[in-house]
Amino acid sequence: MLRFFGKHALFMVVTLVAVSFLVFALNELSPGDVARKELGAYATQEQVDLLRQRLGLDRPVVVRYVEYLGKLFTGDLGYSQRFKVPVADIIFDRLRNTGLLAAVSFAVIVPLSMLLGVVAGMREGSVIDRGITMFATLAASVPEFAMGVFLASVFVVWLGVLPGTATLLSQTGGWSIPAQLVLPVAVIVLYDMGYVVSMIRASMVEVMQRPYIRTAVLKGMSFPRVILGHAVRNAMINPVTVIMLQINYLVAGVVVVETVFAYPGFGRMMLEAALFKDIALIEAGALVAVFVCVLTQILSDLAYMALDPRIRA
Amino acid sequence: MTLQTTIDRVAPPRPARTGPVAGALRQLMRVGENWPAMIGLAIVVFWVLAAILAPLVSPYPPNANDMKALAYPFPSRAHWLGTDHLGRDILSRILWGARTVLLVAPIAVLGAAALGSLLGLMAGYYRGWIDGLISRVGDIVLSFPVIILYMIILAKFGSSALNIIVVITLTKAPIIARIVRGITLELRERDYVLAAKMRGESALYIMFCEILPNARGPLIVDFCLRLGYTTIIIGVLGFLGIGLPPPDPDWGGMVKDTYGMMSVWPHMSLFPCAAVSSLVIGFNLLAIGLREISLRD
Repeated sequence: MLRFFGKHALFMVVTLVAVSFLVFALNELSPGDVARKELGAYATQEQVDLLRQRLGLDRPVVVRYVEYLGKLFTGDLGYSQRFKVPVADIIFDRLRNTGLLAAVSFAVIVPLSMLLGVVAGMREGSVIDRGITMFATLAASVPEFAMGVFLASVFVVWLGVLPGTATLLSQTGGWSIPAQLVLPVAVIVLYDMGYVVSMIRASMVEVMQRPYIRTAVLKGMSFPRVILGHAVRNAMINPVTVIMLQINYLVAGVVVVETVFAYPGFGRMMLEAALFKDIALIEAGALVAVFVCVLTQILSDLAYMALDPRIRA
Repeated sequence: MTLQTTIDRVAPPRPARTGPVAGALRQLMRVGENWPAMIGLAIVVFWVLAAILAPLVSPYPPNANDMKALAYPFPSRAHWLGTDHLGRDILSRILWGARTVLLVAPIAVLGAAALGSLLGLMAGYYRGWIDGLISRVGDIVLSFPVIILYMIILAKFGSSALNIIVVITLTKAPIIARIVRGITLELRERDYVLAAKMRGESALYIMFCEILPNARGPLIVDFCLRLGYTTIIIGVLGFLGIGLPPPDPDWGGMVKDTYGMMSVWPHMSLFPCAAVSSLVIGFNLLAIGLREISLRD
């Protein structure tokens, strides 16, 4: 157990350092700098140089990288040139918003895809199985922005029953926050679920071919008991990794959905930061994203151990 | 990771006994019996033809503005799918947009497949520290949310078709490497590999002429799925405004420009969305069909 955590903590630190340095180096290699972007095309070279000096951009990369690491340990994430506030102020705000979106989506995806995956996988090749598989494939085939446009054109433009934007401000057209969340969550669930369903289905199909299932059927156990008592738990062992990895996607990968619905989330903040070359914000955001990733990996390993007693030793 | 199940379920590959032409023909016959594969193939062929014939069949140049049409941009006899907010013919732009996707996606996936196969073969064949190094670096790349990686890199270096291809190649190669590594670990113990070793063949020969051809089943299925994903990625990059530079038509970019006007002119974003969705569905159906075919072997 201790070795497990030691190994993961080491991997986490290595990944964080590698990624932070890569992002830092990338920012250095890029043409065009923040000072120029900040002051606009009509600023004189002296003005640009002065701002570069004030921001400390004229010193060597390695010096600034080490300085940056030092600051990180004191909790100072830097100042966002794009939003004109300290990075810590905006990043946690945006993370909380995305967390809300992610949590609601996750709470829908997991039970729904478990249900569909188990039902599809318990009778491989049946009409229900083929139907669910086809649905999952089609849902995962439609890009998020296209799904957003399709759903919005039906529910917003045509029927007018839901808001087309989710700014989380209560004054947006008088729609409540739950109503604003419906479409973004629906898009995420449809897009993401297809993949999870097919993983659970595949695992379920495999479990149903095991000897202990045949034994249970042959000794006259009812089919629901075979499924619920014997198959489901074993079928969830492999997909649990996949399910936990969705958290990763939900926190960092929902930038498209956030853009479609003007949702003030983490992904859209990163997009704006990248387009504006807001180095401090990109840096911090990348670190947070990697942190979330590695954390979900550890969580998924823990869940895996909880479900499968064979590897606990 | 996606493909793990696929690989697990694909029957263990055998050395091919027939000539390549006869084998390919037989594979093609089997595609004909499998309806998801047939539909998928039909959709993909449709878009490939659209892309090739775009200069001949598209009614207008993709970037030509028809200002008169702006008064009524909806689908009409002059513009079958209507025009966008700048009076550009949507049908022509979709047809030309197919060229972009169908050029960039296969090149990027081929690049990823080549790099990934090489790394996976080396990791699986040599094992030891080479495997450790390749796998760990791959884990680091894979643990990073790709979309954020794309945003950072493309915003830094500017986006061009070449940059998109490079970025997709580098981020997708580790996944393919993982798949190939798994297959290689299994195949390297086969008799025909041992025989080749005893004949004194070089490691390169064994990797590329003995192991890789026998791993082709799962790799072809993965190639189709990967094409679908890459089509989505190219669309998403266009939609986020970090795809191919305007004004050249790109399905995601077309949606980006017009989805804000959806309450007035929904057709402007609906048609490009339908185009990209149908192409991805085509690739994925083809992948499902091919997987079913290879399972039946």
